[in-house]
Order: sequence, then C-alpha cells, then structure tokens
Amino acid sequence: MSEVKFSKEHEWITLEGDVATIGITKHATEMLGDIVFAELPEKGSNVEKDGTAGVVESTKAASDVYTPVSGEVVDTNQAIVDDPSKINEDPEGSAWFFKLKMKDQSEMDSLMNKEEYDKFAKESAS
Amino acid sequence: MEIKKTSLNKLHQSNNAKFVEFAGYEMPIQYSKGIIEEHKFTRSHSGIFDVSHMGQLFIYGDESLTKELEKIFPLDLKNLKQNCSKYSFLMNEDAGIYDDLIITKIEDGYLIILNAACKDKDFEILSNLLGSKFKMNLDNHRSLIAIQGPKSVEILNSIINGVDQLNFMTGSWFDSDNQKLFVTRSGYTGEDGFEISISNDKAEKFVENLIEKGAQLIGLGARDTLRLEAGLCLYGHELDINKTPVEANLRWAISKSRLSNGDFIGSKKIMNQMQDGASQIRVGIKPEGRLIAREKTKIFNDSDKQIGEITSGTFGPSVNGPIAMGYVDKEFSKVDTKILLEVRGKKHPANVCALPFYKKNYVKGVN
Repeated sequence: MSEVKFSKEHEWITLEGDVATIGITKHATEMLGDIVFAELPEKGSNVEKDGTAGVVESTKAASDVYTPVSGEVVDTNQAIVDDPSKINEDPEGSAWFFKLKMKDQSEMDSLMNKEEYDKFAKESAS
Repeated sequence: MEIKKTSLNKLHQSNNAKFVEFAGYEMPIQYSKGIIEEHKFTRSHSGIFDVSHMGQLFIYGDESLTKELEKIFPLDLKNLKQNCSKYSFLMNEDAGIYDDLIITKIEDGYLIILNAACKDKDFEILSNLLGSKFKMNLDNHRSLIAIQGPKSVEILNSIINGVDQLNFMTGSWFDSDNQKLFVTRSGYTGEDGFEISISNDKAEKFVENLIEKGAQLIGLGARDTLRLEAGLCLYGHELDINKTPVEANLRWAISKSRLSNGDFIGSKKIMNQMQDGASQIRVGIKPEGRLIAREKTKIFNDSDKQIGEITSGTFGPSVNGPIAMGYVDKEFSKVDTKILLEVRGKKHPANVCALPFYKKNYVKGVN
C-alpha cells in the first residue's frame, strides 16, 4: 500500500494498485465534533477531483466531503452510515468513506504527506 | 463592539471550552467531552450551564405594578402567589413575540428572566410601557447558573440546604456562604433542575463547589439538543416578532381568565386566533432514517406544494435519531401526517409528531 497522502479539505487517501481508499482526517473529526450522519457517493458513480462526494453532519452543522482524486466509486463503507459515531472513533482506519478506481494516478502527486499535512492542519486551526 | 464575558469565563477556559459568540457574549459551545457526552451526562447525572448572559430584570412595586404588568403579559398575575413563576411573552399589538421569558413574583415586585439577545430591547420596551413609576434594574452584577438533571437536587441541596423543598416553577431567596441567592426550580432541558442567581464575585467558587460534588459543565451545544428533545422553543428560531403564541402552539401559557376581557397588548389577535385557529402552527417533526433537517429546510406535501419550514433541527442524543421543529399549514399539523423535507436538493420523508421527543422528569409536588 502507498504512503498516506492528505488534501487541504482534510481527506486522507491511500492507493493499492489502482484503487484509492479515502476518508476524513482525525483533525477534521476533532473540528466537526460528534458526527451523527454520513452520506456517501453511489457505487458505480464517477466523482471528479475536488468535487463533493458525500456529506457528514455533526450535532452542530453539515459539511461536504470532497474527493482529492477522480475516479469510479467501487465501494462504500456502509458501517459508517449505520453508525456514524465510528467516524469519531477511528477516522483514519476502519471508518474509511469510499474506494475509487483511479483514472490518473498523477493526481496523487499534488497532495501533502503526513508531515506537510500536520503543519497545514496546525496552521489552519489557529 | 468588544465581546462580553461572563464571570465564569476563566473557569470555562480552564475546562477546555470551545467558545462561540452568542448575543455579544463569548460563551462555551462545548467542553472536551463533546455535545453528545455532555447531553447524556445531563440526562443521567447533573449538568451545570452558565446562563449569565441572560437578563435578570427586577421590577419593584406593589399591586399597582401587578395591574400595569397585566396590561402587558397574558397572565393572571393578581392570583399568582409569591415565589411562583410563569412562562410568558412580551408581545406587540399584533401579538408578535419580542421575547419569551420567565416571570416570578417576589416579595417586593417581580423578577423576569430574559433572553440575552433581547434583554436590552425588552428593557427599553418595558420602560416605555411602565413609565418611571417603578424602579427597574436589569442587574448585571448577578450571574445566572442552571443545574439540570436527576442528581441536581441532591448536589445543590448539599450546598444550599432547603432547595429540595421547592416545587417546579417556584423560587425563593436562600442564604448561603453569607450571601443571598435566588433559587428557582426550573430550567430548559426537560429535566428536574434549578436556576441560581448569584453575585458575580461568588459565581466561580460556587460552580467549582458544584463540580467537586459531581456535576459537570455543559456547553450551549448540548443545551440546544436538550431543549429541542424537550420540545421547547428557542427565541430567534421557533419564536420571533412575526410569530404569535397561538401559532407557536403555546396557548397553554396564556391564562384563561385573561381571555374574557382581552385587556393586554396583543389580546385582540390572540383571541381571534384562539377562535379561528392560526393558519400555520408549530409542530414536532421526525425525519425517517438518520437524515438531519436543519433550520430553514423547506417542508412539502406529496403534491410538491411548500407547506412550511423547519425552525430547529438536529440529532437528539437521547432519542438516538434526528429531530426537528417547524411551522406547517394548519391542515398538515396533525400527528402522523406524512410530509417531505427538502435537503440538498432531494425530498426526504418525515412525520409530524407529538412533542416532547423526550419525556420530562419535572418534580411536580414536593409539598
């Protein structure tokens, strides 16, 4: 599996072959608070880099989830729809959002590595 | 304008509060445990709420004050016993609501608790209506602390002996730690609890004492989910100057004895609406599934006609599902009516339901 990469919209992404797994970062869940609703893209649909690909809602507000790369949705994580609190518990592990079959793997190049993202998250929070 | 802080601001900070601006005040929206934990803790134990941003208006006077206030509020104040509280509204001539409030008859007059965002305007309106005959004091030297939840009576009584003898919606002065506290058995969470009016310089120590006895600080975020589960209105959401108490389904708060003469501000409109019904009315709404419908969500019938709008919507932690309140056309206000909510461009099924979503635990009669 590839190194974990991060987007400015606080998504994480890993690549295995040509299938990317995408979720939201721990930092994002801390900013959102308790997540009580998740909506995911439909399997078989195509999503475009930086486009919306879902929604999460906390007790306070709704937020869009973006996809950091383009591709066809090949799998979604029903477990987080059934129990959205799982997203707070394990955001960067079992609570992934969706898997994409990527068209253009070079889209990964512009994303941040862990160190860059941690710095970005720290700066954007202050 | 500089943001205002309550006397508990430092204590909120040291308890890792996340702050928001609310009605010009820096207030805690939540602490480190988060809204859901805070909500559940209040329902099962005892939560402390800093509501010092709310207005504490003391008006002093005798029977002549009661007479004047009856021209303003739709209440039978003449027969209200000392130390008893009533929920009411300040209205305009069209029965539009300037504010909702709790009024308590005290020994030398009345104490009125007002919403933070409305209190200065309320003071101005009441000053104009009452003239200069009565001394009025919107007291900002006092903090207001609410303690809510089933363990609150035991915790508070261990600090202020005798509060366990208060009935719901009554209050009294108590002496504690060489000072006078006004304590009412009331609140806005659907739980048994108290509100304590205390001088600013004693508030922090008092709250630290409550925390030592096992209560925990709770933010405005959980206050909102708690009051919504209890089916209670929040000014600026369910209530505003374009809504009347009848439309807001609050006719229970209007004293029957005051409806025969109709000699209070807004009475004509209220009496008409009581007779003919209002065209829109506030209802409880339960979306099907887990979908949350927020404030301003449009409500439709099954033939695509808009029939109303959501005024508050969130996830109810104790209900374990989405809940909302809103206004719908009268013919759609019956419990179990199927309606549709438009969220992110799609219409989702929901049902009109009875309020509250969560059953209250008020203590009705101690004595």
